[in-house]
Amino acid sequence: MEPGGRPGAEAIAQKGWLGAHRYLILRRISQLAILGLFLAGPLFGIWLVKGNMSSSLTLDVLPLSDPLVLLQVFAAGHVPETAALLGGLIVLGFYLIVGGRVFCSWVCPVNIVTDVAEWLRRRLGIKGSAHFSDKTRYWLLGAILLVAAVTGSVAWELINPVSMVYRGLVFGMGLAWGIVAAVFLLDLFVGRRAWCGRLCPVGAFYGMLGEAAVLRVSAVRREQCDDCMDCFAICPEHQVIKPALKGADKGIGPVITSGHCTNCGRCIDVCGRDVFAFTTRFSNNSRQAVSGVNHKSEVSS
Amino acid sequence: MSEKDNNSTVPNAARRRFLTDSLRTAVGVGLVAVSLGVYQRQARALPAMAVRPPGAADEKAFQAACIRCGLCVRDCPYDTLKLASLGDEVALGTPYFEARDIPCEMCDDIPCVKACPTGALDPALKEIEKARMGLAVVVDQEACIAFQGLRCEVCFNVCPVRGKAITLNYQHNDRSGKHALFIPVVHSKDCTGCGKCEKACILEEAAIKVFPIALAKGLLGRHYRLGWEQKADAGEALVTPDTPHQYNLPEGMSYEHGGRGLITGERPLPPTPPSRPVAPEAPLPPFSSNPLDTLNRKGGL
Repeated sequence: MEPGGRPGAEAIAQKGWLGAHRYLILRRISQLAILGLFLAGPLFGIWLVKGNMSSSLTLDVLPLSDPLVLLQVFAAGHVPETAALLGGLIVLGFYLIVGGRVFCSWVCPVNIVTDVAEWLRRRLGIKGSAHFSDKTRYWLLGAILLVAAVTGSVAWELINPVSMVYRGLVFGMGLAWGIVAAVFLLDLFVGRRAWCGRLCPVGAFYGMLGEAAVLRVSAVRREQCDDCMDCFAICPEHQVIKPALKGADKGIGPVITSGHCTNCGRCIDVCGRDVFAFTTRFSNNSRQAVSGVNHKSEVSS
Repeated sequence: MSEKDNNSTVPNAARRRFLTDSLRTAVGVGLVAVSLGVYQRQARALPAMAVRPPGAADEKAFQAACIRCGLCVRDCPYDTLKLASLGDEVALGTPYFEARDIPCEMCDDIPCVKACPTGALDPALKEIEKARMGLAVVVDQEACIAFQGLRCEVCFNVCPVRGKAITLNYQHNDRSGKHALFIPVVHSKDCTGCGKCEKACILEEAAIKVFPIALAKGLLGRHYRLGWEQKADAGEALVTPDTPHQYNLPEGMSYEHGGRGLITGERPLPPTPPSRPVAPEAPLPPFSSNPLDTLNRKGGL
């Protein structure tokens, strides 16, 4: 990246605007299409999907439930019925394959809000950022389960912006716009990526799922990296990139193995040299040897 | 040992920073958790006008089990149910209805209960007549026109558990002296709390309202025993045997309670045990059917 330039400029020059925004566009289509499925019923009477993100029924057959909400129900002392349990297992299985935080970047509507805040933050050159430990989200995750157990109630869902926004869009917002504005302003002025990247316990939960997930972003051609830093600038969890991208010397494979990676694919978009690609977690070892050799040969030549 | 001491300043600083950071996060998250717990306690207070769907357990158990997905709302054919949005007095995202707005139509197949994925609406509820969503209460006897001696009976007539949940109690109309009051009386044994009576009440503000059962019901002290019930169960008086009541009447007159009433010109009957109903054969009226007889009679009354 040129000093003061915008991340992805080189990629746009190389691949065109569309090519350099491929996954961003796909993500927005995915987020809006899922929302559209939920809204088609109340708005147009086309009942493909009923319910909301907490639990839904597709085509009157397929139950889907948020495993974190079910965990809170368990903590509160209630054992859910089969429909919810089955729905929770299906969702759990799905995210174990495609990546836990795929929920965050491909489904969650709050992601659009925080992405816009981050984009605006970059454009306006807002630099200051309050320090939140990136472990805060795990503390919060533990805290909401503890509160559920102590109060015997699914208490977090009283204030959870993620489920609140979805429920609001599908069933009526009430004052929930205020919460959307709060998250937006938090990310814009208080801390960079503060909500999704530091605080959100829903993301923390899906991140823990993501540790074991199959689908991964990998720096498959990391030897081509020219240290332009575009991927670091654009990545919502940029700490996950370095081990994979720069770990060849330490014998670390090119696959991004952190559960925090949201599989948003923006690094693939903004890289002008096609360093990144989607792979599986199983391709880590074989690639590691190959790229390691390549890297060394480059250094020696 | 000395080596350790020499190197200890840097690890100590790092350790101190780690401890400070952890403490700060823990305190911050702890504050959030405590606030959430307190807020949750307030959210458990269901406002009096909000009625939960059929099969909902008491408020505490319901808030442990409901994941706020809105599937019950979607399957309600009469748009009775709605989800609380942010700013409503009802706990965020939970289903409820307001009887004066749209009451429950008491569907035979109870689709809302079937739709619930977690069992927050108890799937054991198979007959809608056994639902106890709330309890109708005639809250304002001053406004209810039945208490003014006017014929209304609308609540009695719209009640789906007809003739059982609401009965009409005939009382003497003291104002006119010759009419009856048709007083609506709700029986908790049969009232489902559907709210059709509240909806139908002809007053500007309903005089009969559905309240949560916890608000509407009193409870007799558990040690109380109602003598006549105990006596009926045992078949005889349990304490001292009943003694016949002595009426201080002029000579030649006697009084038979629950039987012939005032008896003149006859020898007093031997006392009858009151637990045995007095045979009503040939009851002599205490007064002649001709009012002139009473007026012309000397002495006595």
